[in-house]
Amino acid sequence: MIEEISLPDSFLEQIDPRVKLIIVFLFSIVMAASYRFTTLITALFISILILLTGKVPLKEIFKRLIPVNTLIILLWLILPFSVKGDPVFFMGPFTATKAGVIYTAQISIKSNAMMLILIAVIASTRIFTIGHALHKLGIPTKLVQLFFFTFRYIHVIYREYLRLLNAMKIRGFEPRTNLHTYKTFAYLVGMLLVKSSDRAKRVHNAMLCRGFNGRFYSLSNFSITKKDLFFLFLMTSFIIFLGVIEWAGITW
Amino acid sequence: MGRNNLVINISDLCYSYPGGKKVLDNLDLELCKGQKLGLIGPNGGGKTTLFHIIMGLLKPSSGCIEIFGQPVINEKDFKKIRQKIGFLFQDSDDQLFSPTVLEDVTFGPLNLGKGKNEAIKTAKKTLKFLGLSGFEDRVTYKLSGGEKRLVSLATVLAMEPEILLLDEPTTGLDDATRTRIMDLLAKLPITMIMISHEINFLEKITDSIINLEKGKLLIDKEFYIHTHPHTHHYGSHLHRREV
Repeated sequence: MIEEISLPDSFLEQIDPRVKLIIVFLFSIVMAASYRFTTLITALFISILILLTGKVPLKEIFKRLIPVNTLIILLWLILPFSVKGDPVFFMGPFTATKAGVIYTAQISIKSNAMMLILIAVIASTRIFTIGHALHKLGIPTKLVQLFFFTFRYIHVIYREYLRLLNAMKIRGFEPRTNLHTYKTFAYLVGMLLVKSSDRAKRVHNAMLCRGFNGRFYSLSNFSITKKDLFFLFLMTSFIIFLGVIEWAGITW
Repeated sequence: MGRNNLVINISDLCYSYPGGKKVLDNLDLELCKGQKLGLIGPNGGGKTTLFHIIMGLLKPSSGCIEIFGQPVINEKDFKKIRQKIGFLFQDSDDQLFSPTVLEDVTFGPLNLGKGKNEAIKTAKKTLKFLGLSGFEDRVTYKLSGGEKRLVSLATVLAMEPEILLLDEPTTGLDDATRTRIMDLLAKLPITMIMISHEINFLEKITDSIINLEKGKLLIDKEFYIHTHPHTHHYGSHLHRREV
Protein backbone atom coordinates (compact mmCIF):
# COMPACT_ATOMS: atom_id res chain seq x y z
CA MET A 1 0.00 0.00 0.00
CA ILE A 2 2.77 2.39 0.94
CA GLU A 3 4.80 1.60 -2.17
CA GLU A 4 4.32 4.27 -4.78
CA ILE A 5 4.10 3.57 -8.47
CA SER A 6 5.29 6.23 -10.80
CA LEU A 7 2.74 7.21 -13.38
CA PRO A 8 4.00 10.05 -15.48
CA ASP A 9 1.75 12.03 -17.75
CA SER A 10 -1.57 10.94 -16.32
CA PHE A 11 -4.19 13.60 -15.77
CA LEU A 12 -4.38 12.79 -12.07
CA GLU A 13 -0.64 13.10 -11.63
CA GLN A 14 -0.77 16.75 -12.64
CA ILE A 15 -3.49 17.68 -10.17
CA ASP A 16 -2.37 19.55 -7.06
CA PRO A 17 -2.04 16.96 -4.26
CA ARG A 18 -3.98 19.19 -1.88
CA VAL A 19 -6.97 19.12 -4.19
CA LYS A 20 -6.72 15.35 -4.40
CA LEU A 21 -6.58 14.98 -0.62
CA ILE A 22 -9.60 17.23 -0.12
CA ILE A 23 -11.57 15.21 -2.65
CA VAL A 24 -10.65 11.87 -1.07
CA PHE A 25 -11.64 13.24 2.33
CA LEU A 26 -15.04 14.58 1.19
CA PHE A 27 -15.75 11.50 -0.90
CA SER A 28 -14.99 9.16 2.00
CA ILE A 29 -17.27 11.07 4.38
CA VAL A 30 -20.22 10.98 1.99
CA MET A 31 -19.57 7.32 1.19
CA ALA A 32 -19.36 6.33 4.83
CA ALA A 33 -22.72 7.95 5.48
CA SER A 34 -24.52 6.58 2.40
CA TYR A 35 -26.65 3.42 2.29
CA ARG A 36 -28.74 3.66 -0.87
CA PHE A 37 -27.58 1.35 -3.62
CA THR A 38 -28.16 4.08 -6.21
CA THR A 39 -25.65 6.31 -4.45
CA LEU A 40 -23.17 3.54 -3.77
CA ILE A 41 -23.16 2.12 -7.27
CA THR A 42 -22.91 5.57 -8.90
CA ALA A 43 -19.97 6.33 -6.62
CA LEU A 44 -18.28 3.02 -7.37
CA PHE A 45 -18.72 3.63 -11.08
CA ILE A 46 -17.23 7.14 -10.85
CA SER A 47 -14.29 6.01 -8.73
CA ILE A 48 -13.48 3.36 -11.34
CA LEU A 49 -13.60 6.06 -14.01
CA ILE A 50 -11.24 8.29 -12.05
CA LEU A 51 -8.87 5.41 -11.43
CA LEU A 52 -8.81 4.70 -15.17
CA THR A 53 -7.69 8.27 -15.90
CA GLY A 54 -4.80 7.62 -13.53
CA LYS A 55 -3.49 4.86 -15.82
CA VAL A 56 -2.80 2.64 -12.82
CA PRO A 57 -1.91 -0.89 -13.99
CA LEU A 58 -4.73 -3.38 -13.28
CA LYS A 59 -2.35 -5.69 -11.45
CA GLU A 60 -1.47 -2.94 -8.98
CA ILE A 61 -5.13 -2.13 -8.42
CA PHE A 62 -5.99 -5.74 -7.61
CA LYS A 63 -2.95 -6.14 -5.41
CA ARG A 64 -4.05 -3.17 -3.35
CA LEU A 65 -7.66 -4.29 -3.18
CA ILE A 66 -6.74 -7.68 -1.71
CA PRO A 67 -6.35 -6.64 1.96
CA VAL A 68 -9.65 -4.76 2.18
CA ASN A 69 -11.53 -7.50 0.34
CA THR A 70 -10.09 -10.23 2.53
CA LEU A 71 -11.76 -8.43 5.39
CA ILE A 72 -14.96 -8.15 3.38
CA ILE A 73 -14.98 -11.92 2.72
CA LEU A 74 -14.84 -12.41 6.46
CA LEU A 75 -17.78 -10.03 6.80
CA TRP A 76 -19.74 -12.06 4.24
CA LEU A 77 -19.13 -15.14 6.35
CA ILE A 78 -20.45 -13.54 9.51
CA LEU A 79 -22.72 -10.54 8.93
CA PRO A 80 -25.56 -12.06 6.82
CA PHE A 81 -26.09 -14.63 9.55
CA SER A 82 -25.92 -12.32 12.49
CA VAL A 83 -28.35 -9.53 11.49
CA LYS A 84 -32.00 -10.13 12.38
CA GLY A 85 -34.61 -10.11 9.58
CA ASP A 86 -36.42 -12.22 6.96
CA PRO A 87 -34.54 -15.43 6.19
CA VAL A 88 -33.16 -15.75 2.64
CA PHE A 89 -31.20 -18.99 2.74
CA PHE A 90 -29.88 -21.51 5.22
CA MET A 91 -26.42 -22.94 5.74
CA GLY A 92 -26.63 -25.80 8.19
CA PRO A 93 -27.82 -24.40 11.46
CA PHE A 94 -27.27 -20.79 10.30
CA THR A 95 -29.88 -18.56 8.71
CA ALA A 96 -28.92 -15.70 6.39
CA THR A 97 -31.28 -12.73 6.49
CA LYS A 98 -32.19 -10.28 3.75
CA ALA A 99 -31.21 -7.32 5.94
CA GLY A 100 -27.86 -8.98 6.66
CA VAL A 101 -27.08 -9.59 3.00
CA ILE A 102 -28.04 -6.01 2.05
CA TYR A 103 -25.97 -4.59 4.87
CA THR A 104 -22.90 -6.60 3.86
CA ALA A 105 -23.36 -5.65 0.20
CA GLN A 106 -23.47 -1.96 1.18
CA ILE A 107 -20.25 -2.28 3.14
CA SER A 108 -18.57 -4.13 0.27
CA ILE A 109 -19.47 -1.51 -2.31
CA LYS A 110 -18.67 1.54 -0.21
CA SER A 111 -15.31 0.27 1.02
CA ASN A 112 -14.24 -0.68 -2.49
CA ALA A 113 -15.32 2.71 -3.85
CA MET A 114 -13.30 4.47 -1.15
CA MET A 115 -10.29 2.23 -1.72
CA LEU A 116 -10.37 2.84 -5.47
CA ILE A 117 -10.35 6.64 -5.02
CA LEU A 118 -7.56 6.31 -2.48
CA ILE A 119 -5.52 4.10 -4.80
CA ALA A 120 -6.02 6.61 -7.61
CA VAL A 121 -4.68 9.41 -5.44
CA ILE A 122 -1.83 7.53 -3.77
CA ALA A 123 -0.65 5.88 -6.95
CA SER A 124 -0.52 9.20 -8.74
CA THR A 125 1.26 11.10 -5.97
CA ARG A 126 4.65 10.54 -4.40
CA ILE A 127 4.47 9.74 -0.71
CA PHE A 128 6.49 12.75 0.38
CA THR A 129 4.38 15.05 -1.79
CA ILE A 130 1.34 13.76 0.09
CA GLY A 131 3.14 14.60 3.33
CA HIS A 132 3.92 18.13 2.22
CA ALA A 133 0.38 18.58 0.93
CA LEU A 134 -1.01 17.45 4.32
CA HIS A 135 1.25 20.00 5.94
CA LYS A 136 0.05 22.77 3.63
CA LEU A 137 -3.52 21.80 4.44
CA GLY A 138 -2.90 22.60 8.07
CA ILE A 139 -2.25 19.14 9.48
CA PRO A 140 0.06 19.65 12.53
CA THR A 141 3.78 19.46 11.73
CA LYS A 142 4.34 16.71 14.27
CA LEU A 143 1.85 14.41 12.59
CA VAL A 144 3.35 15.08 9.17
CA GLN A 145 6.85 14.35 10.51
CA LEU A 146 5.55 11.15 12.06
CA PHE A 147 4.19 10.22 8.64
CA PHE A 148 7.58 10.90 6.98
CA PHE A 149 9.62 9.05 9.57
CA THR A 150 7.27 6.09 9.50
CA PHE A 151 7.64 5.90 5.76
CA ARG A 152 11.40 6.19 5.94
CA TYR A 153 12.09 3.81 8.80
CA ILE A 154 9.45 1.17 8.32
CA HIS A 155 11.74 -0.32 5.68
CA VAL A 156 14.76 -0.16 7.92
CA ILE A 157 12.88 -1.88 10.74
CA TYR A 158 11.47 -4.44 8.34
CA ARG A 159 14.97 -5.27 7.11
CA GLU A 160 16.09 -5.55 10.71
CA TYR A 161 13.20 -7.94 11.32
CA LEU A 162 14.18 -10.07 8.32
CA ARG A 163 17.77 -10.18 9.50
CA LEU A 164 16.74 -11.38 12.94
CA LEU A 165 14.35 -13.88 11.42
CA ASN A 166 17.09 -15.24 9.18
CA ALA A 167 19.44 -15.44 12.13
CA MET A 168 16.84 -17.61 13.82
CA LYS A 169 16.23 -19.74 10.75
CA ILE A 170 19.86 -20.55 10.05
CA ARG A 171 20.11 -21.98 13.51
CA GLY A 172 17.29 -24.34 12.80
CA PHE A 173 14.39 -22.43 14.32
CA GLU A 174 10.99 -23.65 13.24
CA PRO A 175 7.87 -22.03 14.64
CA ARG A 176 5.72 -24.55 16.51
CA THR A 177 2.99 -24.35 19.05
CA ASN A 178 5.18 -24.45 22.10
CA LEU A 179 6.69 -22.25 24.74
CA HIS A 180 10.07 -22.14 22.99
CA THR A 181 8.45 -20.58 19.89
CA TYR A 182 6.53 -18.01 21.93
CA LYS A 183 9.62 -17.11 23.86
CA THR A 184 11.70 -16.76 20.70
CA PHE A 185 9.13 -14.49 19.09
CA ALA A 186 8.97 -12.43 22.26
CA TYR A 187 12.75 -12.01 22.04
CA LEU A 188 12.42 -11.03 18.41
CA VAL A 189 9.83 -8.34 19.15
CA GLY A 190 11.78 -7.13 22.16
CA MET A 191 14.99 -6.94 20.13
CA LEU A 192 13.20 -5.00 17.40
CA LEU A 193 11.89 -2.50 19.95
CA VAL A 194 15.32 -2.00 21.49
CA LYS A 195 16.97 -1.69 18.10
CA SER A 196 14.36 0.78 16.85
CA SER A 197 14.78 2.91 19.94
CA ASP A 198 18.56 2.89 19.48
CA ARG A 199 18.11 3.74 15.85
CA ALA A 200 15.84 6.65 16.76
CA LYS A 201 18.50 7.97 19.10
CA ARG A 202 21.20 7.74 16.43
CA VAL A 203 19.03 9.42 13.82
CA HIS A 204 18.29 12.24 16.25
CA ASN A 205 22.01 12.62 16.92
CA ALA A 206 22.75 12.71 13.20
CA MET A 207 20.11 15.41 12.82
CA LEU A 208 21.60 17.43 15.67
CA CYS A 209 24.99 17.24 13.96
CA ARG A 210 23.45 18.87 10.94
CA GLY A 211 22.12 21.78 12.92
CA PHE A 212 18.58 20.50 13.54
CA ASN A 213 16.67 22.97 15.70
CA GLY A 214 13.20 21.49 15.70
CA ARG A 215 12.14 23.04 12.43
CA PHE A 216 11.51 21.21 9.21
CA TYR A 217 11.65 22.93 5.88
CA SER A 218 9.69 21.93 2.86
CA LEU A 219 11.11 22.17 -0.63
CA SER A 220 7.87 21.66 -2.49
CA ASN A 221 6.01 24.50 -4.07
CA PHE A 222 2.36 23.96 -4.74
CA SER A 223 0.39 26.27 -6.94
CA ILE A 224 -3.26 25.95 -7.81
CA THR A 225 -3.87 26.08 -11.55
CA LYS A 226 -7.10 26.46 -13.49
CA LYS A 227 -7.03 22.74 -14.12
CA ASP A 228 -6.94 22.05 -10.37
CA LEU A 229 -9.84 24.40 -9.75
CA PHE A 230 -11.82 22.79 -12.53
CA PHE A 231 -11.16 19.31 -11.14
CA LEU A 232 -12.01 20.44 -7.61
CA PHE A 233 -15.25 22.02 -8.83
CA LEU A 234 -16.18 18.96 -10.88
CA MET A 235 -15.50 16.52 -8.09
CA THR A 236 -17.15 18.57 -5.35
CA SER A 237 -20.27 18.96 -7.50
CA PHE A 238 -20.26 15.22 -8.03
CA ILE A 239 -19.87 14.53 -4.31
CA ILE A 240 -22.70 16.96 -3.51
CA PHE A 241 -24.75 15.22 -6.20
CA LEU A 242 -24.09 11.89 -4.45
CA GLY A 243 -25.26 13.44 -1.19
CA VAL A 244 -28.42 14.70 -2.87
CA ILE A 245 -29.25 11.25 -4.29
CA GLU A 246 -28.70 9.74 -0.87
CA TRP A 247 -30.72 12.12 1.23
CA ALA A 248 -33.40 13.15 -1.24
CA GLY A 249 -34.02 9.52 -2.04
CA ILE A 250 -33.72 9.80 -5.82
CA THR A 251 -33.71 6.45 -7.64
CA TRP A 252 -33.39 5.45 -11.24
CA MET B 1 52.34 24.54 12.78
CA GLY B 2 52.01 26.91 15.69
CA ARG B 3 49.29 26.96 18.28
CA ASN B 4 47.32 29.41 16.16
CA ASN B 5 46.70 26.65 13.72
CA LEU B 6 45.11 24.38 16.29
CA VAL B 7 41.51 23.68 15.39
CA ILE B 8 40.83 20.99 17.96
CA ASN B 9 42.63 20.87 21.28
CA ILE B 10 41.57 18.22 23.74
CA SER B 11 43.26 17.73 27.06
CA ASP B 12 42.82 15.27 29.92
CA LEU B 13 39.61 13.92 28.50
CA CYS B 14 37.96 11.10 30.44
CA TYR B 15 34.77 9.28 29.64
CA SER B 16 33.10 6.34 31.28
CA TYR B 17 29.99 4.54 30.15
CA PRO B 18 27.11 4.58 32.55
CA GLY B 19 27.92 1.48 34.53
CA GLY B 20 31.53 2.31 35.02
CA LYS B 21 33.68 1.05 32.14
CA LYS B 22 36.31 3.67 31.37
CA VAL B 23 36.53 4.26 27.61
CA LEU B 24 38.70 7.36 27.42
CA ASP B 25 41.42 7.82 29.99
CA ASN B 26 43.11 11.23 30.25
CA LEU B 27 43.31 11.55 26.52
CA ASP B 28 45.05 14.44 24.78
CA LEU B 29 44.64 15.30 21.14
CA GLU B 30 45.67 18.25 19.04
CA LEU B 31 44.55 18.72 15.49
CA CYS B 32 45.94 21.42 13.25
CA LYS B 33 44.30 23.16 10.37
CA GLY B 34 44.65 21.17 7.16
CA GLN B 35 45.77 18.05 8.95
CA LYS B 36 44.34 14.71 7.96
CA LEU B 37 44.51 12.35 10.87
CA GLY B 38 43.81 8.63 10.79
CA LEU B 39 42.48 6.91 13.88
CA ILE B 40 42.81 3.18 14.31
CA GLY B 41 42.22 0.95 17.27
CA PRO B 42 40.37 -2.10 18.48
CA ASN B 43 36.59 -2.29 18.54
CA GLY B 44 35.22 -0.70 21.65
CA GLY B 45 38.42 1.29 22.02
CA GLY B 46 36.56 4.59 22.23
CA LYS B 47 37.06 5.97 18.71
CA THR B 48 33.39 6.63 17.99
CA THR B 49 32.91 7.83 21.56
CA LEU B 50 35.64 10.42 20.99
CA PHE B 51 33.79 11.71 17.91
CA HIS B 52 30.53 11.86 19.82
CA ILE B 53 32.21 13.88 22.55
CA ILE B 54 33.72 16.30 20.04
CA MET B 55 30.25 16.82 18.56
CA GLY B 56 28.70 17.27 22.00
CA LEU B 57 26.48 14.21 21.68
CA LEU B 58 28.07 12.68 24.77
CA LYS B 59 29.20 14.53 27.84
CA PRO B 60 32.72 13.73 29.04
CA SER B 61 33.30 12.85 32.70
CA SER B 62 36.13 15.36 32.82
CA GLY B 63 38.56 17.18 30.58
CA CYS B 64 38.73 20.21 28.40
CA ILE B 65 37.79 20.63 24.76
CA GLU B 66 38.75 23.66 22.71
CA ILE B 67 37.55 24.00 19.17
CA PHE B 68 38.74 26.87 16.96
CA GLY B 69 40.45 28.29 20.03
CA GLN B 70 37.25 28.49 22.06
CA PRO B 71 36.34 26.19 24.93
CA VAL B 72 33.14 24.25 24.24
CA ILE B 73 31.21 23.25 27.32
CA ASN B 74 27.43 23.43 27.02
CA GLU B 75 24.88 22.59 24.34
CA LYS B 76 24.85 26.19 23.12
CA ASP B 77 28.60 26.09 22.37
CA PHE B 78 28.24 22.73 20.64
CA LYS B 79 25.34 23.95 18.50
CA LYS B 80 27.67 26.57 17.09
CA ILE B 81 30.54 24.21 16.40
CA ARG B 82 28.28 21.58 14.82
CA GLN B 83 27.79 24.00 11.97
CA LYS B 84 31.50 23.90 11.28
CA ILE B 85 32.22 20.23 11.92
CA GLY B 86 30.74 17.60 9.65
CA PHE B 87 30.23 14.16 11.12
CA LEU B 88 29.75 11.15 8.85
CA PHE B 89 28.05 8.35 10.79
CA GLN B 90 29.08 4.74 10.55
CA ASP B 91 25.64 3.65 9.39
CA SER B 92 24.19 5.69 6.53
CA ASP B 93 20.66 4.68 7.51
CA ASP B 94 21.13 6.80 10.62
CA GLN B 95 22.10 9.78 8.57
CA LEU B 96 19.57 9.74 5.77
CA PHE B 97 16.09 10.31 7.05
CA SER B 98 14.38 12.39 4.40
CA PRO B 99 12.30 10.76 1.69
CA THR B 100 14.44 12.04 -1.17
CA VAL B 101 18.11 12.74 -1.68
CA LEU B 102 17.62 16.44 -2.41
CA GLU B 103 15.57 16.98 0.74
CA ASP B 104 18.19 15.23 2.80
CA VAL B 105 21.11 17.17 1.36
CA THR B 106 19.32 20.52 1.76
CA PHE B 107 18.41 19.74 5.39
CA GLY B 108 21.76 20.99 6.73
CA PRO B 109 22.03 24.18 4.65
CA LEU B 110 18.42 25.09 5.53
CA ASN B 111 19.21 24.62 9.22
CA LEU B 112 22.14 26.97 8.75
CA GLY B 113 19.62 29.62 7.72
CA LYS B 114 20.07 29.50 3.96
CA GLY B 115 17.11 30.26 1.73
CA LYS B 116 15.40 27.48 -0.16
CA ASN B 117 16.90 28.30 -3.54
CA GLU B 118 20.35 28.78 -2.14
CA ALA B 119 20.11 25.48 -0.26
CA ILE B 120 19.06 23.67 -3.40
CA LYS B 121 21.94 25.28 -5.29
CA THR B 122 24.46 24.19 -2.64
CA ALA B 123 22.97 20.70 -2.58
CA LYS B 124 23.19 20.32 -6.33
CA LYS B 125 26.75 21.59 -6.36
CA THR B 126 27.74 19.10 -3.67
CA LEU B 127 26.00 16.22 -5.43
CA LYS B 128 27.81 17.15 -8.63
CA PHE B 129 31.15 17.24 -6.84
CA LEU B 130 30.52 13.71 -5.59
CA GLY B 131 29.44 12.52 -9.02
CA LEU B 132 25.84 12.16 -7.91
CA SER B 133 24.14 14.51 -10.36
CA GLY B 134 20.71 13.20 -11.20
CA PHE B 135 20.23 11.64 -7.77
CA GLU B 136 18.09 14.53 -6.49
CA ASP B 137 14.74 12.79 -6.67
CA ARG B 138 15.94 9.31 -5.75
CA VAL B 139 14.29 7.80 -2.70
CA THR B 140 16.90 7.49 0.04
CA TYR B 141 15.96 4.07 1.37
CA LYS B 142 16.14 2.56 -2.10
CA LEU B 143 19.77 3.55 -2.69
CA SER B 144 22.46 0.89 -2.67
CA GLY B 145 24.91 0.74 0.24
CA GLY B 146 27.61 2.62 -1.68
CA GLU B 147 25.20 5.26 -2.93
CA LYS B 148 23.86 5.74 0.60
CA ARG B 149 27.38 6.37 1.89
CA LEU B 150 28.10 8.87 -0.90
CA VAL B 151 24.80 10.68 -0.30
CA SER B 152 25.53 10.75 3.43
CA LEU B 153 28.85 12.36 2.62
CA ALA B 154 26.98 14.87 0.44
CA THR B 155 24.64 15.76 3.32
CA VAL B 156 27.66 16.51 5.47
CA LEU B 157 29.68 18.36 2.83
CA ALA B 158 26.69 20.52 1.83
CA MET B 159 27.12 22.32 5.16
CA GLU B 160 30.59 23.37 4.01
CA PRO B 161 32.31 22.20 7.18
CA GLU B 162 35.80 23.22 8.21
CA ILE B 163 36.48 19.91 9.90
CA LEU B 164 35.26 16.45 8.93
CA LEU B 165 34.90 13.56 11.34
CA LEU B 166 34.52 10.33 9.39
CA ASP B 167 33.51 7.18 11.20
CA GLU B 168 34.62 4.24 9.08
CA PRO B 169 33.69 5.86 5.77
CA THR B 170 34.61 2.83 3.68
CA THR B 171 33.54 -0.09 5.82
CA GLY B 172 31.30 -2.54 4.02
CA LEU B 173 31.75 -1.02 0.58
CA ASP B 174 32.93 -2.67 -2.60
CA ASP B 175 36.34 -1.82 -4.03
CA ALA B 176 35.07 0.59 -6.67
CA THR B 177 33.03 2.68 -4.21
CA ARG B 178 35.78 2.52 -1.64
CA THR B 179 38.31 3.87 -4.14
CA ARG B 180 35.84 6.54 -5.21
CA ILE B 181 35.32 7.73 -1.65
CA MET B 182 39.03 7.61 -0.91
CA ASP B 183 39.85 9.70 -3.99
CA LEU B 184 37.23 12.25 -3.01
CA LEU B 185 38.52 12.46 0.54
CA ALA B 186 42.11 12.84 -0.63
CA LYS B 187 41.00 15.66 -2.91
CA LEU B 188 39.11 17.57 -0.20
CA PRO B 189 41.12 20.42 1.28
CA ILE B 190 39.42 20.01 4.65
CA THR B 191 40.87 19.16 8.05
CA MET B 192 39.70 15.68 8.96
CA ILE B 193 39.89 12.84 11.40
CA MET B 194 39.08 9.46 9.98
CA ILE B 195 38.36 6.25 11.84
CA SER B 196 39.14 3.12 9.89
CA HIS B 197 40.41 -0.40 10.28
CA GLU B 198 41.94 -0.29 6.84
CA ILE B 199 45.45 0.91 7.41
CA ASN B 200 46.36 0.89 3.70
CA PHE B 201 43.71 3.41 2.91
CA LEU B 202 44.53 5.58 5.87
CA GLU B 203 48.10 5.69 4.65
CA LYS B 204 47.03 6.97 1.27
CA ILE B 205 44.88 9.78 2.61
CA THR B 206 46.03 10.85 6.01
CA ASP B 207 49.29 12.43 6.97
CA SER B 208 49.44 10.77 10.36
CA ILE B 209 47.86 7.76 11.99
CA ILE B 210 47.36 7.22 15.67
CA ASN B 211 46.12 4.29 17.63
CA LEU B 212 43.41 4.67 20.24
CA GLU B 213 43.66 1.80 22.63
CA LYS B 214 42.61 1.34 26.23
CA GLY B 215 41.40 4.93 26.33
CA LYS B 216 44.70 6.48 25.32
CA LEU B 217 46.27 7.61 22.08
CA LEU B 218 49.35 5.63 21.22
CA ILE B 219 51.88 6.13 18.52
CA ASP B 220 54.26 3.41 17.63
CA LYS B 221 57.44 4.92 16.19
CA GLU B 222 58.75 1.74 14.62
CA PHE B 223 55.50 1.16 12.87
CA TYR B 224 55.39 4.62 11.35
CA ILE B 225 58.94 4.66 10.09
CA HIS B 226 58.01 1.71 7.94
CA THR B 227 54.57 2.67 6.91
CA HIS B 228 54.40 6.40 6.78
CA PRO B 229 57.12 8.87 5.97
CA HIS B 230 55.12 12.01 6.82
CA THR B 231 54.28 11.14 10.38
CA HIS B 232 57.10 13.15 11.83
CA HIS B 233 55.51 16.42 10.64
CA TYR B 234 52.79 16.05 13.17
CA GLY B 235 54.42 13.66 15.53
CA SER B 236 55.15 16.48 17.91
CA HIS B 237 51.46 17.24 18.28
CA LEU B 238 50.61 13.84 19.60
CA HIS B 239 51.10 13.40 23.26
CA ARG B 240 52.74 10.11 23.93
CA ARG B 241 51.54 8.77 27.16
CA GLU B 242 52.20 5.15 26.59
CA VAL B 243 53.96 3.05 24.01
